[in-house]
This record gives sequence, structure tokens and C-alpha cells, in this order.
Amino acid sequence: MTVPTELDRVFRARAAAEGALDVAYDFTDSPVGQLLLAATDRGVCRVSFDPDPDLELERLARAHGVRVLRSPDPLTEVRRELDEYFDAKRREFDVAVDLESLPGFQRLVLTELQGVPYGRTDTYGGLAARIGRPRAARAVGGALNRNPVPIVVPCHRVVGASGSLVGYAGGLERKEKLLALEGALLG
Amino acid sequence: MMEAVAIPPFERFYSETRDEIWRYLVRLLGREAAEDAFQETFLRALRAYPRLKHARHLRAWAYTIATRVAVDERRRHAPAGTIPELAAEDPRPAFSELEHLAGELPARERAAVVLRYGYDLPYTDIAAALGSSEEAARQATSSGVRRLRRRIT
Repeated sequence: MTVPTELDRVFRARAAAEGALDVAYDFTDSPVGQLLLAATDRGVCRVSFDPDPDLELERLARAHGVRVLRSPDPLTEVRRELDEYFDAKRREFDVAVDLESLPGFQRLVLTELQGVPYGRTDTYGGLAARIGRPRAARAVGGALNRNPVPIVVPCHRVVGASGSLVGYAGGLERKEKLLALEGALLG
Repeated sequence: MMEAVAIPPFERFYSETRDEIWRYLVRLLGREAAEDAFQETFLRALRAYPRLKHARHLRAWAYTIATRVAVDERRRHAPAGTIPELAAEDPRPAFSELEHLAGELPARERAAVVLRYGYDLPYTDIAAALGSSEEAARQATSSGVRRLRRRIT
């Protein structure tokens, strides 16, 4: 005898509604594959490609606290915005992101990155210069590679100085697909 | 020196214990009252979870909370001697024959008997669930069994 589905659902919703969670997470389907989405009460803290749930839960618990529970309600907004983005009906994300658990340098890079508009690209060097660290292009690359909230914080919009795609934690194919969706793919 | 066991993410604890805690609460309270008790059990667990120091007795800890919630629930709703409605499905036929009788035991003895004979929990875990010593858990179980025997004979 297993827990009735409805009771399980109600418990997960109540846990989130009472503010008793450090992190709520859920899965969603998208044109770039299944995504794991996670949020704290400050905002979205994780978008993960090809998620390995065990590994993701451990990471979320380490970064934000052990009260990690699958609970769809807190992810409703980001799920809707992602759906609209993939339908080419949204160019900017309004949902809040939570970058607080990240090291200062990475937070700086990702915050600056949020200023790169839809359909445009920037370079690693360009981004490094804009945060006042012109020689830190490689470190910027590392910070982007570990971006915990790809798509929403658009690290796919950063390319090499020659215009080559260079790299993407979710795979170059996905980077290409996202840039094509935004009409930014370089000839 | 005992090695500290890392606290797993709550989702893992919840998915590993929810079904047996659900069955346990249905046994103690009947299905209807078990629904509220189930939510209350895991909400209490969730609130207390960040204060856990290690993960060595998580399963017994879940039973502790469920037992407390069930005892509170019975105290609140059921007049003494009421037999709660019991679950229809029961994977343990031998115990299920006695289960309806266990309904008349005092709450602690009932919890001890159900945990021992319905769930094969060792006395150390039952003690943790009852918040008592192992010896007290043993005594609660055997006095529950003695009481049941008196009813059968």
C-alpha cells in the first residue's frame, strides 16, 4: 500500500506554501530536452540539462540547505516563462534568480551577463572588460561554464572573439539551437 | 569514533519512508484520520530536519514523529476504547489477524506492538520511535501482547 497520489501532492504543495523548504524543484520538457528547475524563496537557483536527479539533489542541498523537495507550485512562473521563450513569445525573463550561493566573481559575471539582450551576443573578453577585469576572459569562461541557471541567465549569448561558439555546459548543439531560436546565429 | 552520516536531501528521506509511514498511520488510526496525520508527520519532520545532527536513525525518527502525531490524534478524536477503522490491504496476514484487537490497547502499547510485529522493527528503533529506553519499549510491547492474549483466551 503506497501513499495515495493526491495525498502526496497535497503534502508537497503544503510544504512549499508554508515556506518550509530550502529548495523546491521539478522537471519540465523543452525543445532542448528535459530540464530540472529549482527555486529558493529568493528565486530560480537551478536550470539543469540532462539532469541526474540524485546528483542534482545533493548539489542543491549543499548549496541551499537540506530541505529539498519536489514541489511543482513554486516553479510555475519559470516554467511558464520558459515555455513562452521556446515559443518565441518572450525575449526577457521576469522571474527572479537566486545567485546568492555563488562566489562573488561568478555572481558579478552572471549579473553582468543578464544585460546581454535577446538575439545579441557578446564575447568572453568583452564581458571581462565590462566587469573591469579585461584580462580575465578565461576566468569569465569558467564562471559561465558553471552557470547554475542557463537559458534564464543567458550564457549561450557569449561566444569567442572570432565568432565561434567555443563551448557550452549543455553542449554546443543546444547553444546553437538557443541562438538560432533568438535569430542570433552567426553566419 | 563513529563516523557522521550526512543528512540526505529531504526528498530522499521522504520518498524512502513515506509509504511505510503511511501504512503505519493507517494501522494506528484508520485511513481517514491517517491522511491528516501523514501530512502533519512530514511537516513536523520538515521543520525539524535542518536541526538533525546525523542521519543514523532517520527511519526510527520518522516513526517517532508519526507515533507522537498518532497519539495526539487519538487523544483528540477517539473516545477511549474506540476501535478505529482498519486498512483493508495488509501484506502480513498473521499480524492482521491480531490487528483489530490491537486497536483496543493504550496508544503506546499499540504503537509498540504494531512496530514490533507489523513492521519487524528492532527494539532499539521502537525505543527511538516511542522516545523511551529499549527496556521500556520491550516492556510496552510485552505488556501489549499480554493484554491481547487475555482478550483472545
